[in-house]
This record gives sequence, C-alpha cells and structure tokens, in this order.
Amino acid sequence: MNMSPEEYDKLAKKASPNSPFLKNLISAFLIGGGICALGQGFLLWYQRLGIDRDTASAWASITLVFLSILLTGLDLYDSIAKVAGAGTLVPITGFANSMSSAAIEFKSEGWVLGLGAKMFIIAGPVIVYGVSASVIYGILYYIFG
Amino acid sequence: MDLFIPLLRAFVVGGILCGIGQLLIDFTKLTPARILTGYVVTGVILGGIGVYQKLVDFAGAGASVPLLGFGNLLAKGVREAVAEQGMLGILTGGFTACAGGIAAAVVLSLLSAVLWKSKIK
Repeated sequence: MNMSPEEYDKLAKKASPNSPFLKNLISAFLIGGGICALGQGFLLWYQRLGIDRDTASAWASITLVFLSILLTGLDLYDSIAKVAGAGTLVPITGFANSMSSAAIEFKSEGWVLGLGAKMFIIAGPVIVYGVSASVIYGILYYIFG
Repeated sequence: MDLFIPLLRAFVVGGILCGIGQLLIDFTKLTPARILTGYVVTGVILGGIGVYQKLVDFAGAGASVPLLGFGNLLAKGVREAVAEQGMLGILTGGFTACAGGIAAAVVLSLLSAVLWKSKIK
C-alpha cells in the first residue's frame, strides 16, 4: 500500500478512537460546568436564607474555595484536574487549588520563603495584573465615568 | 423548576467558559498561570465596559465562579469605591471587592499546609 505521509496522517487521525482535544473539551465543559452549577446551588441556598444576591454570590465562591482546598489537602483535586483540565483550572477553585497545593508542597522549604512565598506562585501574577487592570479602569472611570 | 433553570444556565455558561480555557491549553502554548491571568484581566475589561455583569445576571455562578468573574468583581469594586470615596476608590476598590475571597484562600491554604503533608517525593 502506497501512501504519502499526509495521507497516512489523515487515516491515522480518522482511526484514532476520539481526538484528544474533543475529549478534553467535553471533560472541561462537564466538570467546569458542574463546579459552576454547584456554586449556583450554594448561591440559591444562601439567597433562600435571606442573604442578598451579591453577598450570597461571595459566600458561594468562598464555599467553593473551601471545598477546593479540602479536596487539595485530601489529594483528590489533582486527580480530578487530570481529567478536567481547564474545567478545574478556570473556576475560582483552580485559583484556590494553586495556592493550597503550593503551600503544602513548599512547606518543606520553610514557613516564610517556602510556604509563605510559593503560595503565590500562580495567584501572585493573577492578583498583580488583575488589580493593576482594575486601577487603570478606575482612572478611566474617574475621569470619564 | 425554579431551581432547575438557574442551575442549568450556570452549568452551560460555566462549562463554555471552561471549554474556552481548554481550547487555549490545547491549541496555544499558554501556561495555566498565563490563562488565569488572562481571564482575570479580560474579566476586568469586560466588567469595565459593562458586558460581563449582564452575563452574571443571566448565569449567576456560571459567570461569577470562573476567573473572568473575579475580574468583573474587581471592576465593579472600583466603580463602587470611586462613587463612595472619589479618587481614593481607584486604589481601594479592587482589593476591597476581592478581599473576602483572597483572605479565605490565604488562611485556608495556610491551614491546609499545617494539616497535610506533601504526597510528592
């Protein structure tokens, strides 16, 4: 059977059971969506307790942060993240996981420059650029708003 | 049914926002830290121009839980702080809005490191 490398590539792609990117996409959608739906469940519950929407929304996020750090400590979050990819990265739980997992991992390097500093290895840039963007927006809003 | 629709909206919108992140992982060389940083900054921009709040109103946690929502919260905080405190609000708004979440994450992460040992190695 004669075929060019391109043809072989095409055939091989067709034959592979499911392209990894589609599988990854579906996993990220389902698990990420599931985390958000769980957050929505907490949000609705807190609202039902008579908390206003913005406060309930903040508590719902904090609840997810708590659960994420609990699962990180129990060594379960990373197992879910292996399947979920961005599904566990993009929600606030991924932000919390990055802090908690670094804190646990780098405790051995000391409480100050190990745990204390490395906790922000991913959260740090997020805060630096997030807050800086908000200050730029604040300046624009102050002048033009 | 009054529970099902908001949960479904949160699931679908949150799922799509995570799916976009997955496409960024698979088709670009962006690291997770860059994706998270990009999501927050994009959230500040979308929140600033008033688009993102509409998505939060529609999807609730589906929009506020992904890190874009964190950016939106920063923008909203700055807006409210400028209205209350004038120029000082430019600097106080962002941190004020996210203080609860960050403080919770910091303290709980510290606690987790006290309670658990690293499984690696």
